[in-house]
Formats: sequence, structure tokens, C-alpha cells
Amino acid sequence: MSEQSGATPQRPAFTPGLSNPYLPMPAKVIEVITETPTIKTFRVVLQDEKLMKEFSFEPGQVGQLSMFGSGESTFVINSPPTRMEYLQFSVMRAGENTTALHSLEAGDIVGVRAPLGNYFPYDSMKGKDIVFIGGGIGMAPLRTLLLFMLDNRKDYGKISLLYGARSPQDMAFGAELPDWIARPDLDCVLTIDREAEGWPHRVGLIPNVLLEMNPSPKNCIAITCGPPIMIKFTLQALEKLKFSPEQIVTTLEKRMKCGIGICGRCNIGDKYVCVDGPVFTLAQLKEMPNEL
Amino acid sequence: MVMNTDTAQKFVSFEALPAFLAKLAAGATLYAPRRENKAVVYRPWQAGDKVELSLRPTESCKHVVFPRSEELFSFDMGGDPEKPGKAGLTLQEASEPGPAVVFAALSCDARGFLAFDPVYDGCGTGGKAKDTYYLKRREKTTLIVRTCKSSLNTCFCTWVGGSPASSEGADALLTEINGGYLLEAVTDKGASLLASLPAASDEQSAASRAAREQAVQSAPQPPQDMIKAPAALGALFDSAAFWEKQSAHCIYCGACTYLCPTCYCFNITDESNGLKGLRMRSWDNCMSPLFTLETSGHNPRQEKANRLKNRVGHKFSYYPKIHSGRFSCCGCGRCIKSCPSSVDIRKIVLDAIKEAANV
Repeated sequence: MSEQSGATPQRPAFTPGLSNPYLPMPAKVIEVITETPTIKTFRVVLQDEKLMKEFSFEPGQVGQLSMFGSGESTFVINSPPTRMEYLQFSVMRAGENTTALHSLEAGDIVGVRAPLGNYFPYDSMKGKDIVFIGGGIGMAPLRTLLLFMLDNRKDYGKISLLYGARSPQDMAFGAELPDWIARPDLDCVLTIDREAEGWPHRVGLIPNVLLEMNPSPKNCIAITCGPPIMIKFTLQALEKLKFSPEQIVTTLEKRMKCGIGICGRCNIGDKYVCVDGPVFTLAQLKEMPNEL
Repeated sequence: MVMNTDTAQKFVSFEALPAFLAKLAAGATLYAPRRENKAVVYRPWQAGDKVELSLRPTESCKHVVFPRSEELFSFDMGGDPEKPGKAGLTLQEASEPGPAVVFAALSCDARGFLAFDPVYDGCGTGGKAKDTYYLKRREKTTLIVRTCKSSLNTCFCTWVGGSPASSEGADALLTEINGGYLLEAVTDKGASLLASLPAASDEQSAASRAAREQAVQSAPQPPQDMIKAPAALGALFDSAAFWEKQSAHCIYCGACTYLCPTCYCFNITDESNGLKGLRMRSWDNCMSPLFTLETSGHNPRQEKANRLKNRVGHKFSYYPKIHSGRFSCCGCGRCIKSCPSSVDIRKIVLDAIKEAANV
């Protein structure tokens, strides 16, 4: 981390669990949390105690979860490296493998290949104000860094979170939201797209609520993740708020297979999202071909 | 007859070739080109098989090192009778590959592996995550590369740094001369295969040199400004009109990718029968819309124009930018010869260079 300049993420030092990078590590599911009608959170521990003890990663890095017979898909490790009792992944049911993953119960075995990819350049964010802007399942990677920063609270300035979902039922991490709202050292704003009965928080699309929050770009880093359409308008809102491209960090997803820069499908020009990303600044994205 | 003092140069007469091949096949799986209907393909050689050395191979020998489909590991989810399919997982890595020899590989095809090497050696992760499956096969494969006499008008190896007599990527060289073949070791691996052969005479060595020179002379001259290709393709990334025009006839069948000696993209899939199964790695095809289709339905390369742009861009722009200017193309011309709708990658690259100059 020491060589990093600005908020620019770099390729990581890869620490494979095993010498064969395609071989998953068996992990036991210790808890399943139903977050929303389509999102489940899985807490897992590697079966090999030594591997679990030695496992290290950086906030923003991802892992591949294997359901043997269905395949593998990529998810961010959304528990922070400051809390290593388990590794947490949140999975939205969308296709064949995520549907299979949703059948997992406590005690079941799942394959894990991790950590993969680069990470949030948190060292270069020290001493700065931080604004997190998460939409839907896009909250998962932000959760990792948010908790990491809360666990190292003195290193950062004001921390704000704007988290939005379509409806109250679509808000993940519901069990943690009361704590996030109550914390005096976190400015937490929740929003949903349309009015819903009994919803005490904001109503409105994320980019609009962000403009109302009007965070100052001075000595501040904005970190955003969410569906493509939300990202598009959030980036416009941040530019309107005078955030420079270097001050805006996002994390991408692409269809991936190998996760180690070989299989060739997650490229944007000569950059591979699985090894050069998933974390990029807007400044970096502007240098890359427009093929998101 | 004066014997050649250079012990690396050996001679096999036409009559002695089957015995030499039998010797190679005794210590390894020997792949040699042979006719299969209208195609010339590399298949395991057995005594009595006729080796096809005059017609140009339809496919490259890529599959010897990078099989069309291979097992990564097997899994068994049946270890816990209380929770079949849910717990009790056993993983077993695929068995180690054995030694292989390719007899009469084309020089372009040998250079094709050089495009794989840095990627599969884990350059994306700073060398930390290496593709052990590829690297083991690569290490155990010896390439005997022939001086090319079978070039077609689709060939363009000289455009991308190759030559009909290139020794790049070869372990040994094979050149047809009067009465047989001259064999010349390039690496220790190659030398060990040739050890039992009689040394070539000075005359035979001279004949081989002349044949190799002749092959080089007959190759087409490369265009002057290939070095401009990476920047030109980069400059045309947002030129939808250019790519729509270039891809107009493409039916995205993928013949180009499957026949390409440098196309290294793959898919990973599971094949299971009950609680047991295999995780497989298979050649994939970037011309298919499924290649980048995401679960959400979003597809960054939905249009065929964008897929062809990525394929050409990868070979002549993105790859060279990461790999010191080296093109991820060996100029074998198979993508041109086997394209059912006459898409010509040479024309696309030259058009791009010309078009970018006018922008």
C-alpha cells in the first residue's frame, strides 16, 4: 500500500491458498441470513483450520464460491479483515449458480477461491472524509470498507453512508441498519425509490438524495457501487458536486471464470477487471475504453 | 563423405523416418500431421500411420498443450451419508500429463505458444497464480518444427515477427533436403530426442541452410507500418461505423477462434452425475454473445461489431500494450482461410492503420 499515490488502486500482491489456483478451498457454512426476498448472506469458515488462521485479504477483494455441479461465481468478501471469525458473502439469486447457492444451509460445504482482485486504497484515504453511496446489492463491497473504517475509526474524518434500495423489503443488512443509524460517528442516510407505509427514512432516487445531502468534495473521497444505471447518475451527481475523477472510487463486476487474469472475458481494453480491478477510480475508468 | 562436426545437426532418410518416429513414440505421445477426410490434423501417431508433410495442416498443434477440454479436478459430495450433496466434499486434482512430442509443427504454430506463455505463467497476478495445467504440459511437450514449404496466400507470419524458417518456440528444426530430413536441435529438450540419429554431412547441412534461406525468401514482405496497429486500433475504439463495416459479414461462428494458435480464452464448467463430477476447462469463443453475457442480462459486448473489435483489439492492441509490443497473432492465416464469410484480419488491421491516419 505504501507506494500508492492519491486514491489510485493497484494490482494486488496475490496470496493463493493453494499452489493450484483453480482448486477451491472447502468451507463450512456457519450461518445463513435471509436479507431480502432475493438476497441471502452466507458466513463461512475454511475447513482447514490452518488455512483459515492464515487467510488474509484486503477490503474490496473478491472470492469465487463453488457449488459443485453448478459452477462458480464471483462475490465480494463483505466482512472486513478486521473481523476474521468468518468470511461473509451476500448472494443475489439471479442465475443457475446463485440459485444453487441459495439452497445452502448451516453445516453445508461450499468451495471458496479467494482472495482475488485488487482492493480499496484505504491507506491513501486516511485523514479524509468518506462518503459511501450504495445501491441494492452494491452495498456489499461498501460494507467491507465501511466496517473496516469503523474498526479503524480514528484514521478517517467524517464518514457518511447513503444506502438506497427499491423498497424497504429490498434493503440488505437490515439487522445492522439500526446500529449504523444510531452510531454518532457515522452519518447514515437510507432511501427507497417510492413511498412505502411505515418507512421513516428518505424517499427518492440515490443521485437526487445525494445532491440534497450536498457533501463537500473538500478532502473527501466518494465510494460508490450499485446497478449500472444508478452508478451512471451517481457519477454525474458527484461531478455536479465538484468531486474530481480522482476522488471517486467504484468497484465493477463482469462475467468472470478464472479470476486470475487468464481466461480472457472480463477485459476492458487491456485491463482485466479480475486482476486490475474490481476497484477503479473514475479517473482510471476515463482512461479505459468505454465498454462497461 | 565428410561428417559434420556440429553434433546438433542430424539426418534421417525418408526410409528411416518410420523407425525414428517409432522411437519418439516409445517415450512419449507422438503427435504428427495426418489426413482425416479433407483436413490435416495432429493426432497421436502409431506405427504404420502415414505422416502428411506436403499439405498445410488445417489445425495447429495447440491442443497438445492446451486440450480442447480438460479436467481441472473431480469432486465428490457424497462423503457424508447424513447430508448427501451438502457436506463431505472430496476434491481430487486431475492426473499429471505425460510427455508429448509434436513432429512437424509449423513455425507459426510454435510461435503461437509464445503468446500463451506469459499469460499462463501468471503475469496478471505478478506471477503468483500460475496456470499449472498449461505449464506442466508445456514443459513436457517437445516441438519439432518444420521449415515451412506449405505457405498459402492467406499466410502472413512475417507481418507479426515470424518466418517460414523461424526457430522461435521450437525445440528442434526439421528441414526436407535431398533424400530425407535434416534435424537440428534448438534446445536441450530437442537435442535429447535427436541423440540417436547419425550426424548430418556438411553437404546435408548446406542443403538445409539453402532450403531454409529459400523458404525465407519466398515469404511475403510485411507492410511497413504494422507498428502503428496498437495505437490505430485504440484510436478507433469508439468508431462504431468502422467496426460495423468490418464485421458486416461475420456470422460469429467462432471458426477463427477455434483454429487460432494464439486464442487462449477458456470457459470453466461442471459436469456432474449425481454427487460426483468433474470441473472442466474448455476452449471458449469470444465471438459468441454468451462469452460476456452476465446473469443480470447485461452484456458489454452484445453486438458482433464489438466482439470482433475485441478479438482484433486483443491481438493487435491490448496484448502488445502489456507484452512489449508482441502481437498475439502468429500469422498462420487459418482464421482467413477457414472463415465462411471471408473476414480477413489482415485487411481489418491495415484498414484501421489507414483510417486512424485520416482521423
